[in-house]
Amino acid sequence: MRSGTRPAPSAGRLLRCPSRAAGFTAKFWDQTNETVSRAELERLQLRRLQSTVRRVAAHVPFYQQKFAESGLKPQDIRSLADLHHLPFTTSADLRANYPAGLLAVPLDETLRLHTSSGTTGKPKALFFSRRDVNNAGELCARSFVATGVTKNDVFQNMMTYGMFTGALVTHYGAEKIGCLVIPAGPGNSERQVMLMQDFGTTLIHITPSYALYLAAFLEKRALAPRRDLKLRKAFVGAEPYTEETRRKIEHGLGLDVYNSYGLSEMNGPGVAFECEQKHGMHVWEDHFLIEILDPKTGEPVPEGQPGELVMTTLCREAMPLLRYRTRDITSLLTGPCPCGRTHRRLNRITGRSDDMLIVRGVNIYPQQIERVLMAQSGVGRNYLIVLEGLDEMIVKVELAEAGFSGKVEELIRLQKQLGERLRAEILVKPTVQLVPPGDLPVSEGKARRVVDNRKL
Amino acid sequence: MSAVKLVAVFAENKRGQTAHITEVLAAANLNIRWVTIASVGTFGVMKFLVNDYRLAHEALKHEGYVTTLMDVLAVEVADQPGALRAVAECLAESGVNLDNTSGFVANRRAILILEVQNVPLAREALQKRNLRVLTQEEMLSL
Repeated sequence: MRSGTRPAPSAGRLLRCPSRAAGFTAKFWDQTNETVSRAELERLQLRRLQSTVRRVAAHVPFYQQKFAESGLKPQDIRSLADLHHLPFTTSADLRANYPAGLLAVPLDETLRLHTSSGTTGKPKALFFSRRDVNNAGELCARSFVATGVTKNDVFQNMMTYGMFTGALVTHYGAEKIGCLVIPAGPGNSERQVMLMQDFGTTLIHITPSYALYLAAFLEKRALAPRRDLKLRKAFVGAEPYTEETRRKIEHGLGLDVYNSYGLSEMNGPGVAFECEQKHGMHVWEDHFLIEILDPKTGEPVPEGQPGELVMTTLCREAMPLLRYRTRDITSLLTGPCPCGRTHRRLNRITGRSDDMLIVRGVNIYPQQIERVLMAQSGVGRNYLIVLEGLDEMIVKVELAEAGFSGKVEELIRLQKQLGERLRAEILVKPTVQLVPPGDLPVSEGKARRVVDNRKL
Repeated sequence: MSAVKLVAVFAENKRGQTAHITEVLAAANLNIRWVTIASVGTFGVMKFLVNDYRLAHEALKHEGYVTTLMDVLAVEVADQPGALRAVAECLAESGVNLDNTSGFVANRRAILILEVQNVPLAREALQKRNLRVLTQEEMLSL
């Protein structure tokens, strides 16, 4: 261990891959840590927070400067309540410190580089040490097992491999459990289905938009997933989606969908995951300290209220981050979960401050539009929001077979009804256009939902 | 059964759409006996009477089109003034709403195609007035 700090006493036990007999089929991957009492968890969090703060104070110029500005010393962090004295870290800070400005270990201690896609300018570079790589896999293994995955599962990973964390981190997690991993990557639906049939795929990891596309693809090929495939579970993430979309995917692919949350800045997937209850995503709080804050004031919101998720890494070696502003809007579910895990749960991400559109002065999240569209019968799975001219909003949505009787009047009625329902939800009345399926630019990967052509 | 089946297709109102849809039908060796196209803003609906509606429906569906089969009534009327009025009156008296109507004359026979909400009710009303309601086979052999 190179850093000047001694690992927390229990860290060795916690971080070593727990030894397991071949044929892993238990209910927990890491029962000790997943069911730790809240009191013990908080003691562990404090020790790890203090260690993290000492390490960044010793090695990361960015944090050294921040601490100097506010006069903070590592020893000032005496309890978890002192967290709010620590500075925030934003995605702009990550870009400003690109490529290696936030490293807390020498470069030769790093093992892997990931980047987080940026729409503008430089990406965010994220370094992993050997222990970080292992931890990320451990958390994914925990998450998968929480949904009932065993070594007998065949895992077809349809996320993009490469710089993106989505595919690699889950890949390693599934291997830890002993699943057969098929690194398929996204796209080429023909081949995906062939792999599923030939190797008896039971688990998939997929974006919601591609899952919907794939469901439509199966339908077109007259394949009934429950009859013709062995699919059992899908881990769906990387894009926010609604409960309605979950049901559509479950129905269309004939499996159970588990919501997951992750971001490259915090290892990627496996930060928070639904258990078999499918009710909120357990955040692995022995690795991450979470806060839900008012995005404007930076102050905590009342418990259970929606706000921006802010995360502090507790075990990250190569690139610890303090109070990272995720920009994701969510809320905490604080009650105990019947699964026995003591780690608190996050509700579905309801928006991303980055995705927010401002149309005619009104703040709108694409998910609000998606919710309305998905609740409407007669329309399909894909949609596109086009902003044009002087703040005109056009919502294009695919017509579904169920919505088509052949009568033009009914189509006009459907467009009007959707327009009214959208206005009730987002307070701006868009023009709704029904389009044929396959007409919108999808995307066997991440869907592009907003096109802004405004000349403002 | 004297309802006539039409194949309806949803299409975007853009260049080449009609050509592409009719190409699909031609490729399946389908003969179009009657067609209507209604376009509203950005989209349109095309309706066809073809010699094999099941095949047409399948062929279009396979190409990814949103398509459906519709029941309409085909009525033969006298090729003379007042014929349409007689039909319209008859349906109005029976409380049937006429959604879309079109007509043509073929081989000196005047045919009206009626889209109504309640096909059985409309058929009964027309037959009571001794108006001849044509079957699919009759329509295809005009």
